[in-house]
Amino acid sequence: MALLSLENVAVAYDNHFILENFNLQLEKGQLLSLLGPSGCGKTTTLRLIAGFLNAEQGKFMFAGKDYTKVPVDKRNFGFVFQSYALFPHMTVYDNVAFGLRLRKLKEADVKKRVTRMLEIVSLEGFEKRLPGALSGGQRQRVAIARALVIEPDLLLFDEPLSNLDANLRVNMRVEIRRIQQELGITTVYVSHDQEECFSISDQVAVMNKGKIEQLDHPTAIFKYPASEYVARFIGFGNFISFEGRKDEGADIELSRGALQFRAAKRADGAGNQGLTGAIRPDDLQLYGSMPDLDVEGNTLTGTVQVSTYLGRSYQYQVQTELGVFTVNQEMNDPFRQGEEVTVYFPKEKLVLVP
Amino acid sequence: MKENSRVLSLYTLLVFIFLLGPLVIISVTSFEPGTVLKFPPEGFSLRWYKNIFEVSMFMETFKTSIIVSMLGNLLALLLGVPAAYALSRFKFRGRDTLNALFLSPVLIPGIVLGFTLLRYLIVVYGLPIYTGLLIGHTVIMLPFIIRVIASSLQNFDFAVEEAAQSLGASRLYTFFKVVLPNIRSGILAAILIAFLESFNNVDISVFMTGPGVSTLPIQMLTYVQNYFDPTIAAISVILMVLTAALMFIIERLMGFAYFTKR
Repeated sequence: MALLSLENVAVAYDNHFILENFNLQLEKGQLLSLLGPSGCGKTTTLRLIAGFLNAEQGKFMFAGKDYTKVPVDKRNFGFVFQSYALFPHMTVYDNVAFGLRLRKLKEADVKKRVTRMLEIVSLEGFEKRLPGALSGGQRQRVAIARALVIEPDLLLFDEPLSNLDANLRVNMRVEIRRIQQELGITTVYVSHDQEECFSISDQVAVMNKGKIEQLDHPTAIFKYPASEYVARFIGFGNFISFEGRKDEGADIELSRGALQFRAAKRADGAGNQGLTGAIRPDDLQLYGSMPDLDVEGNTLTGTVQVSTYLGRSYQYQVQTELGVFTVNQEMNDPFRQGEEVTVYFPKEKLVLVP
Repeated sequence: MKENSRVLSLYTLLVFIFLLGPLVIISVTSFEPGTVLKFPPEGFSLRWYKNIFEVSMFMETFKTSIIVSMLGNLLALLLGVPAAYALSRFKFRGRDTLNALFLSPVLIPGIVLGFTLLRYLIVVYGLPIYTGLLIGHTVIMLPFIIRVIASSLQNFDFAVEEAAQSLGASRLYTFFKVVLPNIRSGILAAILIAFLESFNNVDISVFMTGPGVSTLPIQMLTYVQNYFDPTIAAISVILMVLTAALMFIIERLMGFAYFTKR
């Protein structure tokens, strides 16, 4: 049985439903990310789980108990905020000790647990500092320590890394994953950054307009988005609307007017639903008009409109009869603007979405 | 450029003389040894400073002023802190209206407010003068308390409050242990500003004082109507020093920028 489950939950704000008939399950020990653009309802979901918001309808079950009406301060969930939300008037030590003292622990035990937790987040020696005297990364680690030291039944993160600079963000997400695994703590993590979500999660839920569009392992979502929305959100930059499809041995044959394409069929049907073809800019291949091109079908001819240098690769906008396609390709001798090229769609990479 | 800045300096100097000149003259004349206010004074004496302490009505009204300002301050805090908190923390219908209502005593001319309070508290409801005076001063202090504390709360990240609750703290515990300590200087500044506003108030007090109950500013008004000696100048100097000291503390606590920004 799932540790956490939201059942037909509805949340409204200003007479407008943010979540409606919302369902979500999470197993013990897992890290689930809620991923989506701002306004998709991911933070609302998190705040509902935390108890900062009340559901208009539906039920929130946790560890077999009805938590719908349990107030925040009785839930024993750790929450890490985007703004860190440290107590500005307390030292690092007192910040971390806050939850333990409320639990009436003996000061000796408080000290033991705070010290150990500051070790886990590598902040030994910072006990007497005030939050104002710490860097962003250090503050976030204090916030994590403060949430973890109470041994919460559930850990909640609300965009914890978005105020940090890029390098620190990568280090911190590795830290978060390490600590989460070390303590085996069930976690819900909200972010709008797909790389962040994919890199640390067991499960990712891609959300749109208050609904979960797809909930799956990061690799599954990354390779086989379940809808056009998810595909767009996670970087499938190219789409073709097909008019017909039929099974053809190990492939699916797709048609658009006189054009024929093939997409690889998969046993579990992942990436095989619907009539819209989607492919990443990285997965398209460009060829000059050389005669010995040894690919059959799945090509379009076009003209390079724009060529942009991205550092590791070039990005091309190629005008074809089916519109403009974006292609990223590493090469020493890049195509020039106006050059005739052939765009090749590898059938294993061409994914179908409803 | 050089020429311009010299003209500007001169202009600024003139403005300062215009503003501070009368205060300097009052201060100087307060040391007059004679019985009539004169400038320049004919000597130096602390005679009129001593007189303040010898005229019992000054000491009595000073005591009344202090008590009314302090008690009223306490009442205004009890009403104002929760109000400021609610106005800053929650979004609810009618919040802007309520905000405007709380600030309205500053917008209504004091004389109108004073007359209205007299008409209702004393004439219609027959409250004792002292009680009426206290209520009047609470009313004029409330907007300052709310305004200053609300602006102090504006810099407070309410996620901090949520953090405390998620760690197991009740709303009340959070308010006293987390919110209050972080707006302490704002509250202190609010107390001092409201105190000055109340202590120096004339337009409300003039309606709300009566036989046997008066505040220091009202007593001073009455005194200058009958006497021309430098006692009032001496009191003025003492009040100026007191006010300047309080303003200095307020400035140290919050900085004046706090009041110029909205």
